[in-house]
Amino acid sequence: MKLSEVVEKLSLDVKTVDDGLQKEVTGVYVSDLLSDVMANAKDGNIWITLQTHMNIVAVAGLKNLAGIIIVNNRQPEKEINEKAESEKITIMTTSLPAFEVAGELYKMLT
Amino acid sequence: MTLKELEVILQAEVIVGSDNQDFNIESACSADMMSSVLYYHTPNSLLITSLTQQHVIRTAEIAGIKIIVFVLNKQPDQATIDLAKEKNIPILVTSYCMYTASGRLFEAGLPGCLNK
Amino acid sequence: MSLNTDKTIEGSFQLIGGDFSIAGESSAQLKKILTDLGVEEDIIRRASIATFEAEMNVIIYAAAGTLNYTITPEQIRIVIVDMGPGIKDIDQAMQEGFSTAPDWVREMGWGAGMGLPNIKKNSDEFKLDSVVGEGTTVEMAINLP
Repeated sequence: MKLSEVVEKLSLDVKTVDDGLQKEVTGVYVSDLLSDVMANAKDGNIWITLQTHMNIVAVAGLKNLAGIIIVNNRQPEKEINEKAESEKITIMTTSLPAFEVAGELYKMLT
Repeated sequence: MTLKELEVILQAEVIVGSDNQDFNIESACSADMMSSVLYYHTPNSLLITSLTQQHVIRTAEIAGIKIIVFVLNKQPDQATIDLAKEKNIPILVTSYCMYTASGRLFEAGLPGCLNK
Repeated sequence: MSLNTDKTIEGSFQLIGGDFSIAGESSAQLKKILTDLGVEEDIIRRASIATFEAEMNVIIYAAAGTLNYTITPEQIRIVIVDMGPGIKDIDQAMQEGFSTAPDWVREMGWGAGMGLPNIKKNSDEFKLDSVVGEGTTVEMAINLP
């Protein structure tokens, strides 16, 4: 499934301007701990978290993730979105909590 | 959802059980950041997390969380187990990751916690 | 509201910075005191969450602190004073998501930048004073119906 389909089905708010929406999603990783994501997330995964600080962009880049969904209506600062764009990382937000986003994605992808 | 149903859906090991409570879990919260656990209204709720320290048990107690699930086979130490027993909060450990654990419970009909 | 007493109840707890093994226990004890007094569940919840977040801030950032509580039939008042680094910019600190927590704190599940906003959200009165290099005082009050 392409990231664009995920965005549409979950009505996600896309914060970055890039062509990352065409990326193919390989799976989903849910965690707020950077060490956990670094150890366990896979190439092409969508990362679900409520973290909004700059490190999330670096981690997503290193792990070549499809994108980051920030939950609970948390809003990343403009600098985060800009850095994400320059690293070609797609940032999306939702008002849903992590459990529900994970649940909806699980239903869609499994 | 009862403790037994959770155990089956998550194929979980019960590390701290409960003899004297009938659980009826009505919602779930998947979080590693404790402040987000406190953000939600969580009557009869479950916490799914990968952190196993004692302050997770204390956060759950303050938030009113009834049962805690540790993912990725994260085993709590004895101090955490003892604290959970003292606070009457059952602990389950599943080898599923947070995504799969959340997904399986959501598919089984468990909603997320309410934004209060 | 009618508490199981008409006296004013006061007490305090000592908080030790950096001790995550008992972090939150003072708030849990205060929660028990409120429960024994017959305080309404929703009020207990708000007071516990606000106190817990303030207690965690002391454990995470400060060397030590004191949690003081005063309970009257009208109000629960909690004052948490710490000896810590102080807060440079209070408005910034009150923003949801803003945090000065180091990485190791984030890896323990804290430092999401929701603590102070959570305290304010759950209180009827909220006051924050801080001197950089000396410490911070958080005062909160929750009215009893």
